[in-house]
Amino acid sequence: MVARLTGAYESQSETVTTNHDELAWRVGGPQGSGVDTAAGIFQRACALGGLYVVGRREYYSNIMGRHSYFDVRVAHHPVHSHCDEVQLLTTFEDESLARHAISVVDGGALVYAAKDVEKEVQGVTYLDTRAKDDLIAYLEERGLPTTLGGVLEDARQRGVQTYEADFDKIVDLLADQLGIVQALAARTMNTLAVAMSLALVEYQRKYVYAALAKTWPGRQKIIDMNVSAVDLAYQFVRDTYDTSEFAHRLTPSESKEPRILLNGNQAVAMGKIAAGLTFQSYYPISPATDESTYLEAHETFLTTNGDRGSVLIVQTEDEISAVCMAAGAALTGARSATATSGPGFALMVEGLGWAGINEVPLVVTLYQRGGPSTGLPTRSEQGDLFLALNAGHSEFPRIVLASGDLEEAFYDAATAFNYAERYQTVVIHILDKSLSSQTESLPPFDLERIRIERGEIASPNGDGEPEGPYPRFALTESGISPRPLHGMPGGMHWLTGGEHTQYGRVTEDPVIREQQMEKRMRKLETAAREIPVDEKLRVYGDPAAEFTILSWGSNKGAIVESIERLAEEGLAARLVQVRLMSPFPVPELQELLASARPLIGVEANFSGQLAQVLRQHTGIACDKLVVKYNGRPMAGRRLYEVFKTIMDGTDETKIVLRNPNE
Amino acid sequence: MTTATADRKLTAKDFQVPFPNDWCPGCGDFGIINAIQQAFARLELEAHKVAVVGGIGCSGKAPYYFPVYGVHTLHGRLLPFAHGIKLANPEMTVVGVGGDGDGLGIGAGHFVNAGRRNLDMTYIFFNNEVYGLTKGQAAPTLALGLQPKSLPAPNIQSQLNPLMMAMSVGFTWIGRGYSYNVKKVVDLIVAAIEHPGLSFIDILQPCPTYNNLHTKDWYAGKDLDSGQPRIYWLDDTDYDPVIPEGADDAAVLSKMNEFLAKVHEWGDEIPAGVFLDNRATTTFAERIETRIENYRAQPPNTREIADASGKPTADLSEIFDEVRMM
Repeated sequence: MVARLTGAYESQSETVTTNHDELAWRVGGPQGSGVDTAAGIFQRACALGGLYVVGRREYYSNIMGRHSYFDVRVAHHPVHSHCDEVQLLTTFEDESLARHAISVVDGGALVYAAKDVEKEVQGVTYLDTRAKDDLIAYLEERGLPTTLGGVLEDARQRGVQTYEADFDKIVDLLADQLGIVQALAARTMNTLAVAMSLALVEYQRKYVYAALAKTWPGRQKIIDMNVSAVDLAYQFVRDTYDTSEFAHRLTPSESKEPRILLNGNQAVAMGKIAAGLTFQSYYPISPATDESTYLEAHETFLTTNGDRGSVLIVQTEDEISAVCMAAGAALTGARSATATSGPGFALMVEGLGWAGINEVPLVVTLYQRGGPSTGLPTRSEQGDLFLALNAGHSEFPRIVLASGDLEEAFYDAATAFNYAERYQTVVIHILDKSLSSQTESLPPFDLERIRIERGEIASPNGDGEPEGPYPRFALTESGISPRPLHGMPGGMHWLTGGEHTQYGRVTEDPVIREQQMEKRMRKLETAAREIPVDEKLRVYGDPAAEFTILSWGSNKGAIVESIERLAEEGLAARLVQVRLMSPFPVPELQELLASARPLIGVEANFSGQLAQVLRQHTGIACDKLVVKYNGRPMAGRRLYEVFKTIMDGTDETKIVLRNPNE
Repeated sequence: MTTATADRKLTAKDFQVPFPNDWCPGCGDFGIINAIQQAFARLELEAHKVAVVGGIGCSGKAPYYFPVYGVHTLHGRLLPFAHGIKLANPEMTVVGVGGDGDGLGIGAGHFVNAGRRNLDMTYIFFNNEVYGLTKGQAAPTLALGLQPKSLPAPNIQSQLNPLMMAMSVGFTWIGRGYSYNVKKVVDLIVAAIEHPGLSFIDILQPCPTYNNLHTKDWYAGKDLDSGQPRIYWLDDTDYDPVIPEGADDAAVLSKMNEFLAKVHEWGDEIPAGVFLDNRATTTFAERIETRIENYRAQPPNTREIADASGKPTADLSEIFDEVRMM
């Protein structure tokens, strides 16, 4: 059905079966109206019922008014990616209905506001002209009115149950019931919408109450008002809606396993705190900012030694300052980092080179977003792999580590500091917007799995006060030289962005140049030797399968899900997830990919950057490329369909995932 | 390498290094590093607790001439690097050394925002009005219409007043020296380092190679009828630079007005010395301490982050509790 909108997107519709195990839910609304809060309540209610939750947040670069939406997928089994189509859609204004009704599967349901029915599609303020034109053409083709009523009628014709709600009336009712003014009662609109959704699937109300308490800890008045809203919504659904044709129900899980519910920015921040981050400088930029502001909000924390731990967060004047300040802090022995996104990273390039030639342990967390230039500032892309690998003039060793999910994001954020200090260089921890804003319920992270390794720190006073400066850049076989920290007696030396002697004094001598260049670059060989294979890459699915998907980053969840679906049909496939992008795991990949037939690169960028890096290093070319660059993440089901067409022998070598409805 | 002992006072020699210096003969930079070495000795600083952080250009090379932690950074970026070192290790005495183009051209954004923080460090600004190392182009401190010998035509961009800039963005100690009066510059550097906030010293200096207008003779007033040196010292006048601790807004405003009148003097008579000594503004460390109580006791560089076995000392249980669902 969706395909008929533009013809670009072929979608399979789900068949209706009563499903108690899984639900894909979407809520949309104008930014600033509390869509995130609504999604938060929904996710908490599900997670508190022991369900696995994965959430996907889509929003505009805008503060108020533009459309945002949240996909939440909940299940009794772990889920790692969103669905392009949902079973239940909740809207309380026109744009969400116009945009998303089309994405409700046959047999699904949607809730809409009574006031929106007569509205012309043309009159939906912020709906893009392209989307309006396509939707109007679609409705006209079917002889339906070009109003939201027409959109609803189309949904009904496809077997979608549509439930009307007069939100204003419900709010009035709540105001009367609680004896409060209408404006105050209207603040529960999101709670009402969430509760109506959960009432439709007959989810136990006590978990919704618990979610309210989690959403507004300690703010009893607000909780009480929202509890009343929940009761009203449940009653309204029971009294008003005929749910016999809507088969989805949601039951809580028996699981009592401890779970946390968090997003990617938080996972990275927590990993950094665990790893002993003590200094972070940053300049605000989407979608990296939330990590630094989360750290700032948690700048002091418990420690096992009884003292209050702390991390100093400094908001700088720009990203140039951020990277230089973080490098300066790292010189003193502080575990130091900065976090940014593509445009900010571009400004940091000169500072990265300085840290590279001066062998400064510096962690840069790079959250990719749609580019180039300002690009799609609040959408996702994996377009910065080349940038991360090559940023800087000339060459210096760097470690580039790519996380594929929230759990990896946490542990990698910690490991990044070990690499930075062990190899005394820049570590770029690369993630993307999809991961940064993805929410997931997971077992709490295990700090026992983290070991802090500080690398080779000099003890210049070990044999008494040394004479003269310290040979900070002494030539060594590993390329790693003991590092005195600024402030250490006897450790004095110089640092310079120029080529330098072992004492750090600037030189243009050809022999010393060669020695220092070779010493620095040797660290990459040392790192390639020392870093365990499991950190470099991971294999999912059937390790013996020839059908091989090569990918990285946030696509992992969707790919793993698609492989599981193929396995259910007896079709063997494996994912080779590359995590260490520099030094690139050449021998490991050569061995693994020797049996790959076909080899399919899957990436959220235009040209398949990892595929190109693979070919550059190994000569191995991908047989097929599956890419998506509309700024939105890949869905597991869609990938499953694409892999099936490849298995069926499609001639296409580059398959672009398109979805006009997200 | 250099430590004062009970029986020996430090001298400038303790802060010299046995390496040749590649500035042009007669360069004003020599006087400045000489003064810095004397100031470090007079302050009896321990060399390992000192970082000298330079930018790019002739002046950016200054860190090589001190046996301390000497950091030659990027063009315009000395302040962010210096901030990083000082914030992470508050025990360090951090001195920035950079040129006029470095500080107020490419680095102007950092100059402005450093002022907002009032971090305890000193910034020594080498002001010869030209870009020396790239062969004499106009610096932001070169006046409109002037044409030093490397310029193909007179300068068509206006001049920035570094002292006024420093005051308007929030530097809390502001002085001016002249590189050929080393004794006075030593006094200024000592006072600037002792000031517990962000201090700025504008040091006027000839560039014997590229600035043929404001030469040693020009500063000496040889072209003037009076034949008197152009530089005069504020401590020889009744100018009072101090804004005392607890000063009210009216007192601050009144001092700012005196300051403005003074920094606009230029030409035949050029004031030098201490222009502003503002003790009424909190330092960045004090502000941090309002949020991180043990910032100075456990600063970023030495806070214990792991036990002997490498296990993290961070306990995330409170943080997990905030997001714990079950």
